[in-house]
Amino acid sequence: MSERLLDIQNLSVTFGGLDALSDLDFHVDEGEIVSVIGPNGAGKTTFFNMISGMVTPTSGDIMFKGESLLGLDPNQVTARGIARTFQNVRLFANMTILENVMVAQHCRTKQGLMGALFQTGGFKREEQEIREHGEKVLGFFGSRLVGYRLNQPASVLSYANRRRLEIARAMATKPEVILLDEPVAGMNPKESEELTGLIGKLRDEWGFTIVMIEHDMGVVRDVSDRVVVLDHGETIAQGSYDEVSSNPAVIEAYLGRPAEEAS
Amino acid sequence: MSVNMNTDEAVVLASARGAFDQDWRKVANWGLICAFALIFVSLTDMPDKLDKRVIVEPLLSMGYLSLIWIPIALGNLVTREVVLEGMTQHKKGVRELVAGLSVGAIGGAGLALLIWLLDTRDLSDPLVNWNDALLEVLSFGEGVGYGAIFWILASAGLGLAGGALHVLPTTANRLLFAISLTIVLAASLESALDDISEGFRLEWLFEALFEKKGGLSVQGAIILAVFAIAWVLVLGGQAKRGRAAVTARRELSPTKVNTVGLAIIAVAAVVLPMFLGRLTNDLFTNVGLFLLLALGLNIVVGLAGILDLGYVAFFAVGGYTAAIMTSPTSPGLSPELPWWVAIFVVVFMAIVAGLFIGAPVIRMRGDYLAIVTLGFGEIIRLTVRSDWASGFTGGAQGILSIPGADIVGVATVKGTDPQQVLYLVIGFVAIAIYVSWRLENSRIGRAWMAVREDESVAEAMGINTVNSKLQAFVVGAILASFSGAIFAAKVGSVFESSFKILVSIVILVIVIVGGMGRIAGVAAGALVLVGILGGPNQPGLLAEFSEFKLLIYGALLIWMMLKRPEGLIPNVRRSRELHQEEFLQDAWLKAQANDDDDEAASGEVAPA
Repeated sequence: MSERLLDIQNLSVTFGGLDALSDLDFHVDEGEIVSVIGPNGAGKTTFFNMISGMVTPTSGDIMFKGESLLGLDPNQVTARGIARTFQNVRLFANMTILENVMVAQHCRTKQGLMGALFQTGGFKREEQEIREHGEKVLGFFGSRLVGYRLNQPASVLSYANRRRLEIARAMATKPEVILLDEPVAGMNPKESEELTGLIGKLRDEWGFTIVMIEHDMGVVRDVSDRVVVLDHGETIAQGSYDEVSSNPAVIEAYLGRPAEEAS
Repeated sequence: MSVNMNTDEAVVLASARGAFDQDWRKVANWGLICAFALIFVSLTDMPDKLDKRVIVEPLLSMGYLSLIWIPIALGNLVTREVVLEGMTQHKKGVRELVAGLSVGAIGGAGLALLIWLLDTRDLSDPLVNWNDALLEVLSFGEGVGYGAIFWILASAGLGLAGGALHVLPTTANRLLFAISLTIVLAASLESALDDISEGFRLEWLFEALFEKKGGLSVQGAIILAVFAIAWVLVLGGQAKRGRAAVTARRELSPTKVNTVGLAIIAVAAVVLPMFLGRLTNDLFTNVGLFLLLALGLNIVVGLAGILDLGYVAFFAVGGYTAAIMTSPTSPGLSPELPWWVAIFVVVFMAIVAGLFIGAPVIRMRGDYLAIVTLGFGEIIRLTVRSDWASGFTGGAQGILSIPGADIVGVATVKGTDPQQVLYLVIGFVAIAIYVSWRLENSRIGRAWMAVREDESVAEAMGINTVNSKLQAFVVGAILASFSGAIFAAKVGSVFESSFKILVSIVILVIVIVGGMGRIAGVAAGALVLVGILGGPNQPGLLAEFSEFKLLIYGALLIWMMLKRPEGLIPNVRRSRELHQEEFLQDAWLKAQANDDDDEAASGEVAPA
C-alpha cells in the first residue's frame, strides 16, 4: 500500500466526559477531494481543529506524510503543509485584502528584523514575491478580489467574497492539504455552484488535496471523490456519494429512525 | 465618516420655535451640570492657583478662564441637536438664547451658593481648597454680595453667548473659534515664544504682543485676533483643499510617504534647535524623550496589540544601565565606559529584560496580560531600590555624577547643554521613527497586525505568535532603553523615583490621545501632553498647571474616548475599526457608484 498523505488512526478526544470524537479512522490520499458530512454536533469541526493543532487529541495519532502531527502548534502544522478555513469566517478584518494573503505566507518566508531595517536586496525580493503570490492567489477568484479591492480592508467585502478570501488566504500558505470548513455556507445557489467548480480547480490546476466539511449535498455530490459520514464522533459510513447516500445508517442519522422501529 | 455631510439638503427646515417652547427638564439638567462643574473647578482651586497666569492683561487670567468656558460650552450644548437625514430641523432663534441664558443663570446661582457657603461655613477639613483665598478670587475682593450677583449675571451672559453661537452664521462661529484659540494658544506658549523670538531676533514682535510682567497686552490680543481672522478668511479654504488632496492621495497609495512634509520636518529638526533658547530646547528634549518612549510603546500596543502597562521598566533598565556603565561614582560596578560604548550594553540589557519579562507575560491575553505587565513595571523599580540590588544601583540614593553622552569622534554632549541633548534626542527619535515605519511595512509588521486582530487565527495561518509578540516586546524595550540612557546623561543622575508607574500611564495616554498606530499621531500626543502640560516629573509650558496635570490628563482621556477614540491624528485602520458602521456605509456607497461586482452592486454588504 502506498503511503497515505494524511492518515488518522484511533483518534479520540474527550471534553469533560463528552466523547466529541471516538476511535476515528480517516485517511486522505494525494489529490483526493474528501467530504466530511454529518448532522450538527457530530464532531466535524472538532475533527478539523485537531488536525490543525488547535485541539489536542486524547488518544490516537495523526500522520501527515509519514510523520506525526501530535504535539505541534497550529503554526507548525500550517508550516508542514495543512491550511484551513473557518466555518464562521475569521478574516483579519482591518487588514487589507492583499495584506490578508500576504500575512498568510509568513511561514514560507524568512526575512527578519534586520532585513526590514536595512532594506536588503533579499528583503525587497521577498516582499515582491509575497505580493506577487498574493495577487496570483486572489486572481483565482476572477476580478472579485483584485484591482481596486486589493487595498480595501477585508471588512468591506460581501459575505460571499469573505468566504472566497478565506480560501485565498489558505491557498497563500502554500499548503498540500486544504481543510475547507463549510465553504459555501450562506452563499446563494449561483454562488455555491460557481465555488463548487472552483473547488474542483483547486485540485486539478493547483494540485491541492482537499478535505471539506459541507452541509450542501449538491456541492458534496458534485466534487467529492469520497464521503465520510460522522455522527456522535464516530464514522458511520464512508464511500462514494451514491453509496453513502443510500446507506440506511446515514439516512437514520440525518432523518431519525422510523417510529415503529424506535419503539 | 462622511455620512452626515451631504444630508443638509435632505433636512426639513421648519420655522423657529417660540422662546418659551423649551424642554425645561433638559435645561434644568444642563443648568445643574453647569453649576456642578463651576463648583468643582472652583474647589480644585484652579481659579486661585492659575490667577497669576495672565492671558490678556488686565482682562483675563487662566484662573478665570477655567471658569468662564463652562457656561459658554454648556449654554451651547443644551440646544445642540444631532440632525440626521429626514429629521425636522428647526430654525435657531430666541429659544436657543433663552435656553443658554437659563443654563448659565442656574450655573451662576450654583457658584453664588458656593461663595455664600465659603463665607459662612468652614469645610476646609475634607475640602483642602476651602479657604479665604478662593473666596477672594471668586468675589474679586468686593464682598460676598458683589461676587454672587456678578457670577449669576456673568454666567447668564456667558450662557447666552453660548446659545447665540447657534444663531450666528457658520463663518462667524469659525472666526470666533479661531480668535479664542489663537489668543489662548499664544498666551499658553508665552514662555516658548519669548525664547524663540530671542533666537530669531524678533524681540520687537514679542514685545508688541506681550506685557512685560506676563500675558498678552490688549493691543497684542487685537493684533492676534486680526491675524486669526485673516488666516481663516484667506487661508481657510486653501488649507481645507490641501488637506483633502493629501487625504485623497493617501487613499490611493496608503504606504506612500509624503516626501515634502518629511523634508520640511527634517530641516526644521536640524535648524530649529540652533535658534531656540535654553528653555525651549529643554522642553523639546523632554518631548523627545517621551516621544521615543511613546514610539516604542506604539509598536508594542499599537501594532502588536500587547497592552503593556509596565513599560517604564525598560526606561528604567536603560537609565540605570547607562548610569552604572558611565558614572565614576556608581557603587559596585563602575567601568566608566564612554556613553557611546555604554549604549551597546544598554541595548543588550534591554533585550535581556525584554525577553525576561516578555517570555512569561506574552503567553497571557487581554486583561491578564495588562495586570501582569503592571506588576513587572513595579517589580523592576522595587528591585532597583531593594537592599539586594542597592550595591549596584545605589538604592534610594540613586546614582549621581553621570557624565554627559559622548558620541565617538563627533562631539561630547554635555547633559547641561540643552541644545546638544536635543540633537541627541532628535537623532534617536529619527532612528525610532525609521524603525517603526520600516517594521510596520514588513513581514514582521504584518504578523504583528494579524496577531492583534485575531491571535488564534494568526497562529493557524502559520505565524508563530509567541515569537512575533516577543519580537515586538524586545523592539519596544530597546527604544525605551534609548530614552532611559539619554535621560540619565541629560539629568546626570538616576533615582528610582523617576521610574514610577505614572510614567507608564503617561506614555500610554500619549499614545492613545495622539493616535495609536500612527507615528504622526504619537508625535502630536507627545507635543500636546508633555510639551504643553508637562511629563510626570517634567514641567511643560503651562508650569502653573503641573498641579492639575493629572486632572487634565484624565479629563482629556475621557473626552477623547467619547468624542474621538481614534486619537488626534488617527491611524487609518484604527479609525476604521472604531467607526465600522459609518465606514461600511461609505464603502457601500462607493461600491454602488463604481462597482462591477454583482453582489456588492445589488447592495449586499455583510454585517460587521
